[in-house]
Amino acid sequence: MSKKNNRTYEGDSDIKVENPDMIICRCEEITLKEIIQAVSDGATTINQVKRRTRAGMGLCQGRSCGRLVRKLLAERTGKKVSEILPGTVRPPVRPMPLDIMASLEEE
Amino acid sequence: MKEAELVIVGAGPAGLSAAIEAAKAGVKVMICDENQRAGGQLFKQIHKFFGSRAHQAGTRGIDIGQNLLNEVEKIGVDVKLDAVVWGIFSDRRVGIVHEGKNTLVKAKKILLATGAAENVLAFPGWTLAGVMGAGAIQTMVNVHRVLPGKNVLMIGSGNVGLIVSYQLMQAGAKVAAIVEAMPRIGGYAVHASKVRRAGVPILTSTTIKEAKGKEKVEKAVIIKLDDKFKQVAGSEKEFDVDVICLAVGLSPLAELAWMAGCKFTDVPELGGLLAIHNEDMETTVPGIYVAGDIAGIEEASTAIEEGRLAGIAIAESLGYINAAAAKEQKQQIYKRSDQLRDGPFGIGRRKAKEVLISRSLKQ
Repeated sequence: MSKKNNRTYEGDSDIKVENPDMIICRCEEITLKEIIQAVSDGATTINQVKRRTRAGMGLCQGRSCGRLVRKLLAERTGKKVSEILPGTVRPPVRPMPLDIMASLEEE
Repeated sequence: MKEAELVIVGAGPAGLSAAIEAAKAGVKVMICDENQRAGGQLFKQIHKFFGSRAHQAGTRGIDIGQNLLNEVEKIGVDVKLDAVVWGIFSDRRVGIVHEGKNTLVKAKKILLATGAAENVLAFPGWTLAGVMGAGAIQTMVNVHRVLPGKNVLMIGSGNVGLIVSYQLMQAGAKVAAIVEAMPRIGGYAVHASKVRRAGVPILTSTTIKEAKGKEKVEKAVIIKLDDKFKQVAGSEKEFDVDVICLAVGLSPLAELAWMAGCKFTDVPELGGLLAIHNEDMETTVPGIYVAGDIAGIEEASTAIEEGRLAGIAIAESLGYINAAAAKEQKQQIYKRSDQLRDGPFGIGRRKAKEVLISRSLKQ
């Protein structure tokens, strides 16, 4: 584990950070502490943070928190922000009712 | 399966301009926008634009938008509003939900002109009601004529922060201050002077520390930053405000380009990760083009030029314009774009754009 990680990682689940309860992902109400925990547990990509915490899986699909999580990941893994790619994009890129999805006309 | 020559996603300044150029040349264009009204952000821009006459300086954004709409209507472009493009699949098939119907359209060419999303800033209390983006405030104030609050703290002194501050004052709100994390003001001096003359302090090397309030914003705490962007303890100041407006930049709305398999590269001056495009605005996926903020965060005027460029290039590649005529039209656009990307604010974007295009040659 890098020095950068060690600075905030102090014990198995006891993350010491300023404002740990501040929400980062509004849609799923995921806090700073939960995201840092995920990174401390080994997440190094947006997708991994998403699978561990649900950050970015809500209505806005990470359009708000994505940048924040990227920055946090970069800081804590010692990478450049540009090296942290956004999560995988899948259809539909906008929320849509399942019956509309199922009604797709394929000729 | 339905077929289309050109599907444009997004009917803002870039998408509409592309539609006009392509349709003028004879391309059958379908333009989709998820909103109820076309025009993108132009209808929030009640202020006059700057620059040269060639770029409609002195004309209000809202009028530029109306002119584009009139032209699109005159030429007979198929404009689908309330039309959500929800995916792009192999062979340039586009998933569109329009009027409750879900269809796949196979397009010969696709132009993504989806624009940008606002960046947020996380600080204690940022999820309280009353913390909102500058775009939302512009929609409320300039489109729906609703004032979001009486006392506002503006975060960010770029042109958006400065202009929205002034518009809030025109609408009757008080702007307590504009704070800026950088040591200098981000936007044009002409906008900064205007709000300063109206008595609004612009506090540089300062950021928001906290929003306080029970259910909504009641107070904002700001704090000084040192030259390493660390907060200076003891330098806090409190303002009684009910709105905290975030004007801290935009990020390209590029999900569809990722989904289509476009290659990306990092260009911080233009908003971060961008789909690599060539001088015709074509991405690394043949037949898929980008224009406007998705191709780099700039201004409406540059979005219009990029849209025209994409429209002409697409018409050329579909055989509606010959190479010589297309070349001449493109040269004029390059010239006008260079004029837009000039001066202390523009030259950095021009160089960044050149870097972006040079990377397309390596692909």
